[in-house]
Amino acid sequence: MNNLLSIITFLPLVAAVILALFLRGDDEAAARNAKYLALAATVATFLFSLLVITGFDPADTGFQFVEEGEWIMGLKYKMGVDGISVLFVMLTTFMMPLTIWASWGVTSRVKEYMIAFLLLETLMLGVFMALDLVLFYLFFEAGLIPMFLIIGIWGGKDRIYASFKFFLYTFLGSVLMLVAMIYMFIDAGTTDIPTLMAHKFGSEDFSLLGIQIVGGAQTLLFLAFFASFAVKMPMWPVHTWLPDAHVQAPTAGSVVLAAILLKMGGYGFLRFSLPMFPIGADVMACFVLWLSAIAIVYTSLVALVQEDMKKLIAYSSVAHMGYVTAGIFSLNQQGLDGAIFQMISHGFISGALFLCVGVIYDRMHTREISAYGGLVNRMPTYALIFMFFTMANVGLPGTSGFVGEFLTLVGMFKANTWVALVATSGVIFSAAYALYLYRRVVFGDLIKESLKSITEMNGREKAIFAPLIFMTLLLGVYPSLVTDIIGPSVEALLTNFHAAIPADAAEMAQTASH
Amino acid sequence: MVQFILFAPLFGALVAGFGHRFIGDKGAQILTTALLFWSAFLSWIVFLGLGSETQIIHLMDWVQSGSLSVDWSIRLDRLTAIMLVVVTSVSSLVHLYSMGYMAHDPQFEGESYRPRFFAYLSFFTFTMLMLVTSDNLLQMFFGWEGVGVASYLLIGFYYKKPSANAAAIKAFVVNRVGDFGFALGIFGLFYMTDSIRFDDVFAAAPALAETNLHFLWRDWNAANLLAFLLFVGAMGKSAQLILHTWLPDAMEGPTPVSALIHAATMVTAGVFLVCRMSPLMEYAPEATNFIVFLGATTAFFAATVGLVQNDIKRVIAYSTCSQLGYMFVAAGVGVYSVAMFHLFTHAFFKAMLFLGAGSVIHGMHHEQDMRNYGNLRKKLPITFWAMMIGTLAITGVGIPLTTIGFAGFLSKDAVIESAFAGTNGGYAFWMLVIAALFTSFYSWRLMFMTFYGKARGDKHTHEHAHESPLVMTIPLGVLALGAIFAGMIWYGSFFGKEEQVQKFFGIEAHASASHGEAADSHSDDHAKDDHAADDHSHDDAAHATEEAHAETMADPAHAPVAAAHHGEAPKGAIYMGADNHVLHDAHYVPKWVKVSPFVAMIIGFVTAFWFYIKNPSLPKRLAETFPLIYNFLLNKWYFDEIYDILFVKPAFAIGRFLWKRGDGNVIDGFLNGVAMGIVPWFTKQAGRAQTGYVFSYAFAMVLGIVALVTIMIIFSGGAH
Repeated sequence: MNNLLSIITFLPLVAAVILALFLRGDDEAAARNAKYLALAATVATFLFSLLVITGFDPADTGFQFVEEGEWIMGLKYKMGVDGISVLFVMLTTFMMPLTIWASWGVTSRVKEYMIAFLLLETLMLGVFMALDLVLFYLFFEAGLIPMFLIIGIWGGKDRIYASFKFFLYTFLGSVLMLVAMIYMFIDAGTTDIPTLMAHKFGSEDFSLLGIQIVGGAQTLLFLAFFASFAVKMPMWPVHTWLPDAHVQAPTAGSVVLAAILLKMGGYGFLRFSLPMFPIGADVMACFVLWLSAIAIVYTSLVALVQEDMKKLIAYSSVAHMGYVTAGIFSLNQQGLDGAIFQMISHGFISGALFLCVGVIYDRMHTREISAYGGLVNRMPTYALIFMFFTMANVGLPGTSGFVGEFLTLVGMFKANTWVALVATSGVIFSAAYALYLYRRVVFGDLIKESLKSITEMNGREKAIFAPLIFMTLLLGVYPSLVTDIIGPSVEALLTNFHAAIPADAAEMAQTASH
Repeated sequence: MVQFILFAPLFGALVAGFGHRFIGDKGAQILTTALLFWSAFLSWIVFLGLGSETQIIHLMDWVQSGSLSVDWSIRLDRLTAIMLVVVTSVSSLVHLYSMGYMAHDPQFEGESYRPRFFAYLSFFTFTMLMLVTSDNLLQMFFGWEGVGVASYLLIGFYYKKPSANAAAIKAFVVNRVGDFGFALGIFGLFYMTDSIRFDDVFAAAPALAETNLHFLWRDWNAANLLAFLLFVGAMGKSAQLILHTWLPDAMEGPTPVSALIHAATMVTAGVFLVCRMSPLMEYAPEATNFIVFLGATTAFFAATVGLVQNDIKRVIAYSTCSQLGYMFVAAGVGVYSVAMFHLFTHAFFKAMLFLGAGSVIHGMHHEQDMRNYGNLRKKLPITFWAMMIGTLAITGVGIPLTTIGFAGFLSKDAVIESAFAGTNGGYAFWMLVIAALFTSFYSWRLMFMTFYGKARGDKHTHEHAHESPLVMTIPLGVLALGAIFAGMIWYGSFFGKEEQVQKFFGIEAHASASHGEAADSHSDDHAKDDHAADDHSHDDAAHATEEAHAETMADPAHAPVAAAHHGEAPKGAIYMGADNHVLHDAHYVPKWVKVSPFVAMIIGFVTAFWFYIKNPSLPKRLAETFPLIYNFLLNKWYFDEIYDILFVKPAFAIGRFLWKRGDGNVIDGFLNGVAMGIVPWFTKQAGRAQTGYVFSYAFAMVLGIVALVTIMIIFSGGAH
């Protein structure tokens, strides 16, 4: 099967097309069929993706399962995975069936809803596999559309505002990236990503409007991509679209947003910013480190005072993404390993936390923290699951949340002790806001009249959490499952990176001569 | 065997927690308790039969990233064995005791809460064992955080009580402040030595003492800085001053929890950490000076607060805080064996005091205020005698100048003598002696108020006061044996002749001599006696060496100490540098020093007797005469109030400010102004359209943009 990646990518799309073309009617049967078809398609996609991970050779740091072909109008179609991207593919295919299953209670426009999610899966998978600049850009930007619709149609009260804010933030960020891509094509004469990774973009300092640009074109290119990825992550201070989007999005939308869409920014840094513009990245590293450190403390403090559960978790997500960006721009093995690990782990944990909110939102139709209290009295299993993911979110050793945090902080300490100090203080704040939330929602006596009849989770709800709990524990106890796969690719990336920086290269030569 | 000791409690916790529907309430209790007793039995076998070689049992890989490689593994040496015995013995007795104490709880009418409690207790035991058996700092951190969670869950066990929930969060968050330092210490050690395995770190310790680490704004001596950061973690876990505020509040948890976690085991983890890191501590004179200072101050501070508390559990909690200070002083002056000695004996008598207090509370229908006790010795005779033995042990009753006495007599005097020898009779020594006086006073005050005098408070409660069942009194009896004999039996091993101590801890007798030559060459000016005798000259010397190092190391920031590869970790569970003679000197302190804790104890007893038996109205008058001092002590030096103003309130205020002003006005305001000015226009348009419209509308718009972009790319490509 030499077009495995294409099968995985477009299988959900095929299902979406089938739904659009052949599923007629608005009755319950049609809705049920739409759900089952979507679930079957996402599960099949996951099963196919298992072939990728089992056939993947971690020692090979190049791209694997590569497919290449001519596309329309002289454009190239090229897909492939390496140690950096393969786990994001797995994360996506793993999360999507759970997301679909968590949407079993959707009642309005079920067919369109499922189409949107299936389309979204195809586009997200495309982002992580595309090895052509144009292809990447199409997947990257088109992914906005289904998410925009999911928020705008199935969202909450202020969904229009939130969806436009989401759309404009991310889209405006991308405009600069597009300009940079055009420049890259003109400069290198190709849109092939592996070729571009080997291409050396200009790095002579020059001055623009009286400002000395250290690192020259590379710095400008870096900044252009940065604008797009920073919004996607999201990094402080362009993070404000995320809480709004999360609050308005339906549960499944939030899960996908937090678990997968946010990872595109981090992936972009690893696929483009570091390998293609090493000098620009080196110039800007300190700046990004500081933005990340500020993000961790700032958003943690903001999370502390939230009154809306989803907003609180959204801010917590921004803080956790701060560890990711800081890890990446520590520019060492532990930092990068930790950043990728943190992204994977955050996919499970934040996804599960949004599902936790969804469980009680479905029952009470409010996300106000003050509307709850004492849930443990009637929902002990829920309390246990929520506690587990709260602790994972706090970075308890033994859960996957710890490994990512620990590795990125080790990396940061090597890069800049001030940043490490500020970022490490995040472990205090995260404990404070997470446990404070948990206490207000779950602990206490059940006195609110409205909650007296709340029901425990049903079998489907429990079953959705089972794989997430399993993964969170597995990666917490045996993280080598991830680091073994990403390690060699990260090492290769860093070797190339440091070889491209004049000062580092000189040092490396010096140590080699010893 | 060690694997069984380690994982039996985890197995018990899982089965009790998830399987209690199948094995029943009773089944869950019996299973967890039986597993713990078996673990304890095996632990004693390990402890008594331990050889001098350190064993390392590899279980599985853990975190691997680049040069960072951490395993799940078990390190078995004397320190581990001591902790195994302490943890499993106390835990098994507490399990047994809880079968009685938790039998009926009015807070959980009609709920099955007992399996949950036992599951938590066993889970705690597992994580505590992971902590003490770890072979590297990261696994230790796993246990460290794990006991934190168990403690959080158990403090908040009465989840309907707001005060219990608040105390649980406070415990976790304050501990996290300590962990913040601990984590930075781990990062720093990895940065400097490229490993966080104990043996590698220990091997690199001498080199660390001569290396500078650039941290924040300046260069620091690496050994001192890292030892200090690790100690910050210990401060949190062991409730030392500044980070102690969570411990008294932790008394919200059920009393068996207080005995196990907040007296005998978890809170001693900090002391264990310092002892475990002794090879590093020995090269960090400034950090250990700080440990001595802080330990002594905590011992004094907590004892003063303990003088006036009325809640029986809080008195014992402050007493714990104070005794932990003693242990840190011993570790800080470099007599780690004595720190472990006091940890060991303290576990017995303090667990007993707590369980005794629990028995009183149980018999008095959950009344905890000592002002409502009185004259209970007839109603609770077994509890009375147990508490009496505990009090005799903690106050240090024994025959002066001999090694005959209760456990606390031997270990506490050993600490005080070490403090005298280690600081030449300085601050720490005097603080500890004064604290010993206070300890004696508040301990006897507790006894007198509870068991003597007239019955006070609710008459009905007193009439129905009853002795506890056998499952609760048997643990008291066993612990009483420990409180009486543990000191006398193991005195020689922990604080006997140097050869005896070295043998016990598996230290090679000649190792220190051969190390001596290497050490002497570089550490003349570091010599412990010197700097202890004359702090100023030491400071100058340290500065001089630091400057010298700064010159020799051209670029310290990029030169992690690779000494791990050419040094070797010292043998044995603890390490005492060649110039560390404090253990030896402690045996030759003046007679008056050896007698001073005994005198302090007598004074404390006589005063308490005077205050609470002879002249019971005196304390009240005294409090009224000196209201300032009384309130200062009663309100625990106002730490909680100060922290609330300094940290808690500002955190929320800043959070709110950043949210409303930062996110709202500045960021959204700015970005909306620049980029999002169009949104209102869009929303207005969209608002006009029906929801169904939005779908196609947006779709068309986006498709248009994508098409446009695609065309642009193709066009520009063609132009090229």
